[in-house]
Amino acid sequence: MQLKGIAAASGYAIGPAFIMQEQAQDVERKVIDASQVEAEVSRLQHAVNQAMAELEKIKDDTAAKLGEHHAEIFATHILVLQDEEFVGQALEKVRSESVNAEYALHEVAQQLIDIFSSMDSEYMRERAADFRDVSKRVLAALSGEKSASLNDFESPVVLFAHDLTPSDTAQLDRSKVAGFATNIGGRTSHSAIMARSMEIPAVVGLKNGTETVNNGDMIILDGARGLIIVHPDQDTIAAYEEKKQKFEKRQEEMKLYKDKPTVTLDGKHVELVANIGNPEDALGARNNGAEGVGLFRTEFLYMGRDNFPTEEEQYQAYTTVAETLGKEKPVVIRTLDIGGDKELPYLELPHEMNPFLGYRAIRICLDQVDLFKTQLRAILRASVHGNIKMMYPMIATLAELRQANAILDETKAELDKEGIAYNKDMEVGMMVEIPAAAIIADQLAKEVDFFSIGTNDLVQYTMAADRMNEKVSHLTQPFNPAVLRLIRMVIDAAHKEGKWAGMCGEMAGNLTAIPILLGLGLDEFSMSASSVLPARVLLSRLSREDMQDIAAQALMMEHEDEIQRFVQERVEAVNQLLV
Amino acid sequence: MEKQFTIKNPQGIHARPAGAIMKKANEFPNATISLEFNGRKVSAKSITGVLTLGMKAGDAVNVITEGDQAAEALDAVGAVLETVLD
Repeated sequence: MQLKGIAAASGYAIGPAFIMQEQAQDVERKVIDASQVEAEVSRLQHAVNQAMAELEKIKDDTAAKLGEHHAEIFATHILVLQDEEFVGQALEKVRSESVNAEYALHEVAQQLIDIFSSMDSEYMRERAADFRDVSKRVLAALSGEKSASLNDFESPVVLFAHDLTPSDTAQLDRSKVAGFATNIGGRTSHSAIMARSMEIPAVVGLKNGTETVNNGDMIILDGARGLIIVHPDQDTIAAYEEKKQKFEKRQEEMKLYKDKPTVTLDGKHVELVANIGNPEDALGARNNGAEGVGLFRTEFLYMGRDNFPTEEEQYQAYTTVAETLGKEKPVVIRTLDIGGDKELPYLELPHEMNPFLGYRAIRICLDQVDLFKTQLRAILRASVHGNIKMMYPMIATLAELRQANAILDETKAELDKEGIAYNKDMEVGMMVEIPAAAIIADQLAKEVDFFSIGTNDLVQYTMAADRMNEKVSHLTQPFNPAVLRLIRMVIDAAHKEGKWAGMCGEMAGNLTAIPILLGLGLDEFSMSASSVLPARVLLSRLSREDMQDIAAQALMMEHEDEIQRFVQERVEAVNQLLV
Repeated sequence: MEKQFTIKNPQGIHARPAGAIMKKANEFPNATISLEFNGRKVSAKSITGVLTLGMKAGDAVNVITEGDQAAEALDAVGAVLETVLD
């Protein structure tokens, strides 16, 4: 049996299940005698003090074990317990309603939890967990019970719980708890964030894990895929044991490469950067050791709202990312790539038979120039705050590129007239995702500063196979010789004009593709943040010169399977790192 | 006094930035410092209050101060609001 949840912390755990039972806490409303009110107030105050003392200890232990950064959540919990708006309100409730301390505290906490739960950002919704954690601790102190340790196991278990509070998670002992799975929570829950730092594999959001799994069931927890396998057979266990060993070895190696530049064995520097979809992702990029951002998708600014984002809103978002990453780190902003399967309610687009071949991205921007100019102004203004570059999506012809550049020049002239500062040397490039653009890359290269190859669309358009259609998914072949040859054309064309070529599709982070791309001369690899470190380990073990040979041979082969097998067999470093 | 500030923290005002705002506000014991956002007004001296505003990157929030050192408090709390703390 398999259960699917959300992958919260990667890694593998194999062992018997232990189900953590929720201790029901008594929150019954009891009216107390007026003469007892002050005693009840002091009972609550006493419990709060005890909870604060416990939190001080957890904070110190966590700081020692995981670093100050992770301990700060408990400093926050202590601040909450000192806050008039929280404990003060509960004390007030005991007095004004003559109710028991448990009920008063629970009511006040619940109101706050409701506020957080209704917020539209997942990150803020998760803050409800902080108040649950704090109030649970005070309620436990009121009941006089000692909370049970989660580490009383003779051999490592896979822990199942409805939810783990930050303090539960911080206290887990990695030698006793091989991994954990919870019914609720998301990737940004504190327990998920901590699990990643503590390197405890975790799956969250299983919905009914604690009800489906029984104590002692043999479990494989796959933290990379968000998967729980219950009662696996011997072969599956053996396969996962091997994955686990490889993974743990790779984790150790990755640590050595975190804040290092990416340099190949023969001393060539390539740029390893991240794809991000909103300003929040910039932190993930930075924390995963990315050297910058190779693709900042701007659609998030336009989606989930009723009208266009203003120039000011966009300027703030772009500036935030540039400042989060730091002055020198490059941030490549892609202009609006809307349309196709992404719709905006306030931009009335006709229903199309073939949206991926239709009115989208730069095609809309060149048609609705005001919309485009607002974004260009915001990007130009932000360009003084960091190393910002810009690129256009979905360019098919030289005329489109020239038209886009003409609108950019017009916008710059307007800013000049208004005396508004921008970086006059901001690099401007284009995505190559349409085969037509790849084929005339030599002409386009003369009029851009760089190319960024978007492989997801390039594969779909080259193979004429919709990547959403499962019936033709076998034709989504990034390793197809046709695709690889187009990639080579684009890189060569850029280099011939002294320009650089990057890639921002999923392929750039694919460990089997990297040797070929390096050999073809790719200068910049942009991928999801979590792929950055494995890619850096691999690139550090490859020599560009050797990979030129591998790439040349690969491009002469006939099938994509053959090419992948060839790379995996011939390049030992790939084989070592593939998990 | 009243002034508008824009949240720069990519993850919005979560626990850590909220704690920093509250601490800064409490450095002005004789000033009343409020934050107003999305039709709600809370005391900047309460971490719970600050958190419940749910402010995200790019949100504009009003800081309102009264009493001793109102001007200093306005600038100091505003500066923390615009700081990036992850």
